[in-house]
Amino acid sequence: MTTPRNKRREAFLLGNEAVVEGALAAGCSFYAGYPITPSTEIMECMAKRLPHVPDGVFIQMEDEIASMGAIIGGSLAGRKVMTATSGPGFSLMQEQIGYAAMTETPLVLVNVMRGGASTGLPTSPGQGDVQQARWGAHGDHPIIVLSATDVPECVEMAVTAFNFAEKYRTPVILLLDEITAHTREKISLPEPGDFEIVSRLTPTMPPEWYKPFEETMRGVPPMPPIGSGYRFHVTGLTHDAQGFPTSRPEEVRALTERQFRKIDRFFEDIQLVEHVETADAEVVVIAYGCVARSARLAVRQAREAGVRAGLLVLKTLYPFPRRHVEPLLRSTRLAVVPELNMGQLSREVKRVNEGHTTVRTINRIDGQIITPSQILKEIA
Amino acid sequence: MAEITQLIHHYLRHNKKFPLVFCPGCGHGIVLGSLVRSVHALGLAKDNVVIVAGIGCSGRIAAYVDFNTVHTTHGRALTVATGIKMANPKLTVIAVMGDGDAFSIGGNHLIHAARRNIGVTALVLNNFIYGMTGGQCSSTTPEGAYSHTSPMGQLESAFDIVELTRAAGAAGVSRGTVFHVKELDALLTDALTRPGFNLVEALTPCFTQYGRGNGFKSAVEMFRWLKNSCLPLERYAKLEDPGGKIPIGSFVRRDVPGLETRYAAMCQGLRAKKGGAA
Repeated sequence: MTTPRNKRREAFLLGNEAVVEGALAAGCSFYAGYPITPSTEIMECMAKRLPHVPDGVFIQMEDEIASMGAIIGGSLAGRKVMTATSGPGFSLMQEQIGYAAMTETPLVLVNVMRGGASTGLPTSPGQGDVQQARWGAHGDHPIIVLSATDVPECVEMAVTAFNFAEKYRTPVILLLDEITAHTREKISLPEPGDFEIVSRLTPTMPPEWYKPFEETMRGVPPMPPIGSGYRFHVTGLTHDAQGFPTSRPEEVRALTERQFRKIDRFFEDIQLVEHVETADAEVVVIAYGCVARSARLAVRQAREAGVRAGLLVLKTLYPFPRRHVEPLLRSTRLAVVPELNMGQLSREVKRVNEGHTTVRTINRIDGQIITPSQILKEIA
Repeated sequence: MAEITQLIHHYLRHNKKFPLVFCPGCGHGIVLGSLVRSVHALGLAKDNVVIVAGIGCSGRIAAYVDFNTVHTTHGRALTVATGIKMANPKLTVIAVMGDGDAFSIGGNHLIHAARRNIGVTALVLNNFIYGMTGGQCSSTTPEGAYSHTSPMGQLESAFDIVELTRAAGAAGVSRGTVFHVKELDALLTDALTRPGFNLVEALTPCFTQYGRGNGFKSAVEMFRWLKNSCLPLERYAKLEDPGGKIPIGSFVRRDVPGLETRYAAMCQGLRAKKGGAA
């Protein structure tokens, strides 16, 4: 008697809805948010789904700052937590992102980018929050920023975001754009076992031995949920291994360096990219989000026209996947970086390039998509 | 005496360097004592108590007590407290905030916490001033009072914390002072046992930043002022001319379940409807 293992549930979902599927598959049981276009479907979907999840909590807060506070609280109490927003809300969340980084509180923040500064173009795509995702919060802090190009990848990257957040005790930002979020595609719904699911390490030592911000082999100290018998102090102030405020130079340095090192040491695990025909490429397109889909077609058309073109899709934007980008810049005569902004990620490419090859940017900020032909024109 | 010493060692953190950061004459240490006495009187396990504090002098209280303690960003203590309570309703969550914390930068969070009636106890230490930042006016600085940002006297009127919180829909609202310590203990103990959002305003003097600039000669004089101007609600109600007197006591006591309870009930209802197959 055999049951076909591959009888999968399929659905026709928006990118936003796929993010929810990924989050729930990863074990998210806590969502707090404030509605904002074009991320709202994530919240609406969570409002319907979470009450059915064991111990699931959904709460609509009064603003984005409150949403971040609530998920930080939820995470400290041991939950896998998420919120979603768009540009203006993302700006409001920045202080709390820094707090989460400083207190090493795992959380996932989805930012569905829209066009323009300020209220901008609420229902049009943009990729203008890339630098804000990296540098928005004040002070020195490491951060992980991921992106997705299509609906199935929304599931995958949502799971990855949770895994990274839990593994490295850090906030993880998933940057989508309005097109990815609002495109409807057929996907296979995630089944248990499809993805490796990571949960944060909890302490096993007696409570009196536990130091919440201690240096460990991995640099990531275990984290018990509040109320489990490990009483400790959490503060946004620079703190010692016990969690109490300190301004002693050696303790300040040790904390900051460990927080950077716990990400730096795992670049190989964190920096995710997809190589498309880059092995013999003389021209490479470096793209992310919806633009990568246009680039994929452009590269195929270029190949058909006899140009040895390749595509590097960045799934991780920060820490910037230098180890993938740099060799390509050394081996190609031209790198093209198309983006729906004035050049936020091409800055990184140029920084890594150091004059080795020609970097050409394609920037579009009118709320319209970058088309395959627009990219093809630059590479052919 | 030995018993008191034992209690101090039980509830305060050994590895935290004393003395407290508070200035001489400050009332915050008294509120801290009141907090610890209330938790002790109720027999709450230290593991189940969470102190969530904001920024400023009052925010530092969190570091001294041996509970689960979270020192959050300025004004956001209630948002983090809400998250903790929703994630684990079994915990006793206390948000310790200053007047600036709770009613200026965090004013929106406070009225919404009261409206949604989250099961958190808000302990507001009202000293009418931004103490740690160096004596600027807050949204509770009385009209006419001097501060570094109202050097000609405050022109704006002050929030009445009790009235504002009552209007926003809190389940419990009370006001005490650090002079009337026994009463403050009782108010806090009561708030900790009641469902929903309960706010306790503790009037506490800041001689360093507020008192000196407003005609008080000493911290003792500020305590004397608290003694003379605050009177129980029942007696206040009988006054023909309140004349600047401040009522203290319990103003609102509504027995309504907290949001976490209502949410759990909704989820349970959903599961029952699905026959437990959710």
